[in-house]
Amino acid sequence: MMNKILVVAAKEFKDGLRNRWVAGITVVLALFAIAISYFGAAASGMVGFTSLSTTIVSLSSLAIFLIPLIALILAYDTIVGEEEQGTLILLLTYPLKRSELLAGKFVGHAAMMALATLLGFGSSGLLIAVFSEQVELQELLVAYSIFIFTSILLGWTFIALAYLVSVVSSEKSRASGVALIIWFALVFVFDLLLLGLLVATGGAIGDDLFGWLLLLNPTDIFRLINLGSFEATQVQSGLASIADSQMIQPAVLWSSLLGWIVVPCLLAVWRFNKRVI
Amino acid sequence: MSSEAIRFDRVAMDFGKVQALNGVSMHIEQGQVVALLGHNGAGKTTSIKMILGILQPTSGTVRVFGNDPASDIKMAELRKQMGYLPENLSFYPQLSGRETLHYFARLKGADKQQQDQLLEEVGLLHAADRRVKTYSKGMRQRLGLAQAMLNQPKLLILDEPTVGLDPVATRELYNKIEQLKQQGATIILCSHVLSGIEEHIDRALILSAGKILAQGSIEELRKEAQLPMTIRVRGKIANQEWLDQLPAQGVSTRFVNGSQYILSAAASHKISLLHALGQEKNIEDLDINMPTLESIYTYYNTRNNAEGSDRQAVTHDE
Repeated sequence: MMNKILVVAAKEFKDGLRNRWVAGITVVLALFAIAISYFGAAASGMVGFTSLSTTIVSLSSLAIFLIPLIALILAYDTIVGEEEQGTLILLLTYPLKRSELLAGKFVGHAAMMALATLLGFGSSGLLIAVFSEQVELQELLVAYSIFIFTSILLGWTFIALAYLVSVVSSEKSRASGVALIIWFALVFVFDLLLLGLLVATGGAIGDDLFGWLLLLNPTDIFRLINLGSFEATQVQSGLASIADSQMIQPAVLWSSLLGWIVVPCLLAVWRFNKRVI
Repeated sequence: MSSEAIRFDRVAMDFGKVQALNGVSMHIEQGQVVALLGHNGAGKTTSIKMILGILQPTSGTVRVFGNDPASDIKMAELRKQMGYLPENLSFYPQLSGRETLHYFARLKGADKQQQDQLLEEVGLLHAADRRVKTYSKGMRQRLGLAQAMLNQPKLLILDEPTVGLDPVATRELYNKIEQLKQQGATIILCSHVLSGIEEHIDRALILSAGKILAQGSIEELRKEAQLPMTIRVRGKIANQEWLDQLPAQGVSTRFVNGSQYILSAAASHKISLLHALGQEKNIEDLDINMPTLESIYTYYNTRNNAEGSDRQAVTHDE
């Protein structure tokens, strides 16, 4: 069973390497990450690699925009695209269960996502390590490890969401449209709605409820985890700073982020098993 | 051990209000080459998907080599023995032909040596390292055939296999089918192109609106349909008395183009007619045309439509 999953995974990983859109956005990610790391403190009249906490918060915002986009581009057509080109029905005649096919695709896409994130953000971390004299290497390593790892997890959540879109869509074009709507809703609209709710209720929503509402969006969970590492910068980090990050335990944040991967994946398998091919 | 490769018992399949199959019962023996024929929407693809275990019937049972193809327990074992070429297959454009075959071979557990051999057999070895997106339709079809033949399948299902193939490649395909048959493989051919297929099949199954209209060997179907064969004779038939008696024996005669006779009769008259024609001294040539699969197919569909109209008329009268 494992062997077949790995065969599918290897093929998906190679496809990801050949995907020009993914390569292009990864390069953009790397360039932006380097630029943010260098010019992150420009507003306070300084350039060059300075505060690690400021850099991480700025990179978090970049990650929230681009990581979901890379993940959705990589995975939105995973099932509906195969069906359109006639290879899905063929794959299903092979000794391969539908759940194994989806698992293989997830392993391949997840590995590709991890590579893109590592290259994109690792480049800026490497430059900081080489050129910055103010940042402790150990501190940098810990902060970047958490940041890159959570960025990878964020990417995986959107891969899982893309699978769900792909298994319920009847056409590739429709799947791409829904994927974009999800990206727009979770990256832009969700926080605006919460802000609107805050304003509309005159701030009557308690910190408790507000914190839990943030768990409904994986990008906010990602932000909260990374904020937790740098309390001094909470004020710079948008809506998540309103919530008391101490209120939600790190274990809850981590398990929520994992839940955002596992639950859509399981739903995608369940729906895929029911899909009439 | 049963020699049946496939058995359908009262199989029905509904997609909402649409009934794709309606109580289909049939069987296919191991080692046979069978043509599955029918218009679009007749139920061919649904039947194939059930054989492949992709669809489960709403009611009735499907067995492939004695097992339920949709059961998870036997699924892997059964599918290793099957090869399938779907209609309108386009493959992964970014992979080369060799990479494509390698991918499917690894999923099926086929050895690497076999891949080059198959690429050579389908005439794609020279283009094996080119990306599939540069392939013509015919080349993709041949790659699909190579894929279907991985692991020397015991059951091979080919949906429109000759689409996009040139006459030489079509001939090679039928040769390969013959070779696989000799090795004991069961082969199902689905095709809209009926000419040329009949000499390669043992049986035909004609489907319409989810029901089997007819099934049997070409000879059996010809016999049942009672379609006339024709003998085209070039030259002069001297025995006018014999010619004049033919209509009374159920043989129609026509004299065309000033030098050709066309005799039409039931196939049972063939030997006696040939015997009589053998006595003629001035015949230059003759062709015997037995009812083709196409005419048999048309006959059954026309009869079915007529019966449908009759039934409707009776219902309206009531």
